[in-house]
Amino acid sequence: MTTRARHEQRAPLLLAVLGTLAVIFFVLPLFALAVRVPWSSLVDVLGNEATTEALMLSIITSVITTAIAVIFGVPLAWLLARSTMPGRQMIRAICTLSMVLPPVVAGVALLASLGRRGVVGQLLNDWIGLRLPFTMPAVVIAQLFVAMPFLVLTVESGFARSSTTAEEAARTLGASPWYVFSRVTVPATRSAILAGAVLTWARALGEFGATITFAGNFPGATRTLPIATYLALETNVDDALLISMLMVMLSLVILVALRGRWIGAIGGAR
Amino acid sequence: MTLVADVRRRIGSLQLDASFSIDKGETIAVVGPNGAGKTSLVRTIAGLAAVDEGRIAWDEFVWDESGSGVFVSPERRPIGYVFQDHALFEHLSVLDNVAFGLRASGIGRRDARTRARVVLEIVGGLKFEQRMPSELSGGESQTVAIARALATEPKLMLFDEPFAALDTSARAEARRLFVAMANPSMSRILVTHDAVEALTLADRIIAIEDGSIVQIGTPSELLAMPRSHFVAEILGLNALSGQLNGDQLSIGSMSLTVGAHEALDGNVIAIIRPRSVSLHQTRPEGSPRNVWNSSVVAVDRTADRVRVQLGAPLNISVEVTPAGFDALHTEVGADLWASVKASEVAVHPA
Repeated sequence: MTTRARHEQRAPLLLAVLGTLAVIFFVLPLFALAVRVPWSSLVDVLGNEATTEALMLSIITSVITTAIAVIFGVPLAWLLARSTMPGRQMIRAICTLSMVLPPVVAGVALLASLGRRGVVGQLLNDWIGLRLPFTMPAVVIAQLFVAMPFLVLTVESGFARSSTTAEEAARTLGASPWYVFSRVTVPATRSAILAGAVLTWARALGEFGATITFAGNFPGATRTLPIATYLALETNVDDALLISMLMVMLSLVILVALRGRWIGAIGGAR
Repeated sequence: MTLVADVRRRIGSLQLDASFSIDKGETIAVVGPNGAGKTSLVRTIAGLAAVDEGRIAWDEFVWDESGSGVFVSPERRPIGYVFQDHALFEHLSVLDNVAFGLRASGIGRRDARTRARVVLEIVGGLKFEQRMPSELSGGESQTVAIARALATEPKLMLFDEPFAALDTSARAEARRLFVAMANPSMSRILVTHDAVEALTLADRIIAIEDGSIVQIGTPSELLAMPRSHFVAEILGLNALSGQLNGDQLSIGSMSLTVGAHEALDGNVIAIIRPRSVSLHQTRPEGSPRNVWNSSVVAVDRTADRVRVQLGAPLNISVEVTPAGFDALHTEVGADLWASVKASEVAVHPA
């Protein structure tokens, strides 16, 4: 041990101090949350119909969002990484803008397009009587709008890094372009796809601003767990603490379950 | 004629311009220095790139024609391609790598694997069929790459520097495999920058430089032709015309003892590899049969080798290490001693 330690590079003091402070900054809120949570009323809150409703809604919508993001985001990432279509830089910028937009602004933009008086929303309403706002699909749309860029960017970098020689080899072996994509390209980038899906799911699960702006706050239809937490904070702080703890644990479970592959992929992607 | 190719293509600053044809069952080597366009040429034939101008046809089928705009994509050409870095599918076992082409053509998994095993057995790869590509040595990995390409029963096999990345023993094994897999119904193109590989493995050689073909011919034609100085330079060899009498070779005023050979007495071409010649400050002790005094005409130094051009009585290039060259304390115009073993002087009928 001592011989190995002597060979390891010692961290400069300044970096060690600043890095440690950063760790404390991340740990402290979680620690405080765990301390303040009224564990004794855990069962009550979990038994509370409003909370379970919000929990189920959050899980269902975030999973649907992740699935849709993969179905559309992977092809988009492929086009951005591999095709020679003109204006790729511009398309990438537009498609990932919502990552850096304030979520409320994303919600307002969605209202302007798909709201009842929105550019497209009004047509949908007039033609087929479809009203998206304040429905569960609206929650998914809001989540998708802000979370899908995480998948697109992660997968695009995976496609860009993966060697094209194996794909060429597959073509010389008689594989059609689709066969090459599904049997060579996707397996070669599966860790990036998984990493992108996890990031997207996490972002979707935590979505608040765009959801409450575009989808509103209807119990059972659009009141997701983050919104429920915020509302609980106004009325019952203990409930808010418990729901928050619930989300921390939910995220932690997913993170641990995917730990090996997820960290590997993120490490490789950067 | 089976493959008739007229390839004109611009790649960066290189203008590729090569016309040639290949017969059924023939093995053609494409030789030339790095960057001459060898790989670009076979990639174009495979359909991984298209000609700017020209035409590639296989029997009566046009694969690529600039005039008509016909282009057959690589998956529809009856080819096999062994890539320089082998390009195995890292997520598939050896067996499934070999079965890939059969699966892609719609054959069921069980049948594809059965046929893949047959191919693996032929190339001697059955013993590692369950391994993943990351668990293979360089030689094994190449065996798999060859098996994978052979499994689809291609009519034209393309090999891009197949032996370059292998260690010495694996290279010998790979060459044996290359010779053994010769098949009258399969033509082969072998890209290499190793002259000896080209001379020993191919029926004909295409020498290419700066994108253009400088000579096409059989190995003995290339070695014998007057143009051979240029070609020999591309091949990186010293080719010398001389008179053979038993084991004595006369080149001008020089006489060299040669190694075992099958050439008849009379006019021959002698091949001396630049690396097989040793240079000395003083007359070397010991028993090299061929020792002579010469002078340095030119020195071309790169990072990992020094090429020394010797003057009379033998105008040849010698390649030594930079350290070895520095130890000679020589310069252009200086005298030095050269020696070469008899076994390193190869003679071919002229």
